[in-house]
Amino acid sequence: MPMTMIEKILARSAGLEEVHAGDTVVAEVDMNVLIDLQFAGWVTPLRIADPERTAIVLDHAVPAPTVRDADGGPRARRFARDFGIDRFFDVGRHGICHQVIAENALARPGQVLTCTDSHTCAAGAYNTAARGIGPAEVVGVLCTGRTWFTVAPTIRYELVGELPVGVGGKDVFLHIAGTWGDATNHNLEFGGEGLASVPMNERRTIATQAAEISADFATFPADDVCRRFLAEHGAGPGEYEPADPDPGATYAAVRTVDLSALEPHVARPGSVSGNAVPISQVETRRLDQCFIGSCANGQLDDLRIAAEILAGRTVAEGVRLIVTPASQQVYRDALRLGYLGTLADAGAVVTNSTCGACFGYHMGVLGAGEVCLTASTRNFRGRMGSPDAEIYMASSATVAASAVAGRPVDPRTLLDREHSA
Amino acid sequence: MTDRWTITGRTWVVGDSVDTDAMYPGYAMKLDVPEAARHVFYALRPRWVDEVAPGDIVVAGRNFGIGSSRPVAALMRHLGVAALVAEEFNSLFLRNAINNGLPALTVPGVRDLVSEGEELTVDLEHGWARAGDRRVDVAPQPPMVLDILAAGGLLPRLVADGYLPAEGAAS
Repeated sequence: MPMTMIEKILARSAGLEEVHAGDTVVAEVDMNVLIDLQFAGWVTPLRIADPERTAIVLDHAVPAPTVRDADGGPRARRFARDFGIDRFFDVGRHGICHQVIAENALARPGQVLTCTDSHTCAAGAYNTAARGIGPAEVVGVLCTGRTWFTVAPTIRYELVGELPVGVGGKDVFLHIAGTWGDATNHNLEFGGEGLASVPMNERRTIATQAAEISADFATFPADDVCRRFLAEHGAGPGEYEPADPDPGATYAAVRTVDLSALEPHVARPGSVSGNAVPISQVETRRLDQCFIGSCANGQLDDLRIAAEILAGRTVAEGVRLIVTPASQQVYRDALRLGYLGTLADAGAVVTNSTCGACFGYHMGVLGAGEVCLTASTRNFRGRMGSPDAEIYMASSATVAASAVAGRPVDPRTLLDREHSA
Repeated sequence: MTDRWTITGRTWVVGDSVDTDAMYPGYAMKLDVPEAARHVFYALRPRWVDEVAPGDIVVAGRNFGIGSSRPVAALMRHLGVAALVAEEFNSLFLRNAINNGLPALTVPGVRDLVSEGEELTVDLEHGWARAGDRRVDVAPQPPMVLDILAAGGLLPRLVADGYLPAEGAAS
């Protein structure tokens, strides 16, 4: 029986000829990623499955904002040293785990990757069956090298047309979330002739955000664009075996997204599902905080487009624009390319790389009554601070343009200047 | 019924898409479990933590637990919650419940079956839920899941299997 992309990967990892929706399988995990929060209640295992299939990334609370977080650091360092885990990304060579996974090609086509964080589906951009599994299960995979999955039905998204200037992966995702709502207990599979116009950073934004419609896995094919990216980051074509869906595979639904017709989108506060609209339809709000960052939208291209929009402009009075690079590598690249200077000159606050403001932990917490427009992952009530703050969500381009205007605006009005100059 | 996977308790009923931030807010991640547990449903149902009693069951609507990997189940267990029952679970949230030793069962239509405060009985092994004289049959939890729950969660299971030292069972 033909298989979807995710069914193929899970069949291979479980050593089975075929798996289909509804099956529960035990899969070998190719890479298991631990984050700093894991080390708060840490018990050192007596033995682990494989240090080569393990990575540790300090990301959520670095540099430590509390003593509790600070106490985790030495535990992580000791564990990495004692168990010979070379892929240890300590403060200074750290980043948000999903960015570090991408930069180091820890996620490869056709493989299975697990990590504590819920946005682990991000690595589906590289044709990887990747998902968040929670702190206890990460310890389980660390010890045994495997875990179980119940295979969910797959929804296929056929991308057609071309992504217009000023419209990004965030807008594609918000269109999907706004149009079709939650995909709870479903996998997402992306493909179609329009995919070639979607660069890897935008694919990762889309895959990351799949968690926000409650999906399990979200995977893209390993096309030429993907293979080139992997080669640039240290994984040659001989080092993985991509999984393409079989013709005739069974899908719960097949949905077409016309990229050419998309405009920038905004999600209203609370959730993205059934709650995102084209920016021309969103109400005008006075903004207190604008945030560009997170695993979804703290990538180098997010900082580039923000710098393009903010060059020679100023953040509106009364607005805080916080920019958090997704990794130390992104920070250093953006520094060399001049983006950070442009952003700071415009009045943005550039922070160190961390999950920070996205989860309301540090580096930009919202107060009661404040309105935020964020390019980060999640707009739940209370997510970024006070439950009485409101969080709207949009692309980095939209957030940058809106920081200048002091209210949500279509970034294409400001990008036009760049492109006509 | 004396079946070990049959759980009876007084119910608390919440709505659709109750997310992890509503149960385990970011600021509570700076606290140890007993303190963090004081903040479950902090904005959705203030003071609920003073009203919930050991043995109670939390009943929810669709898409229960969308969001983060933070282990809400550890807080629920600290409060004495005996089981989570929902019309539909987010898969990460369900995994976290099982792996933290908190019984959980998907029961489509459960909010038509029970109103808040009424008693609900669920059977994870045979797959049914009952309130008064109303009963619905649902998919049972697979044996693999019951094994993890029987051990008290994944970490105690790893202790039993010789992967973690005995003090690992505490977490």
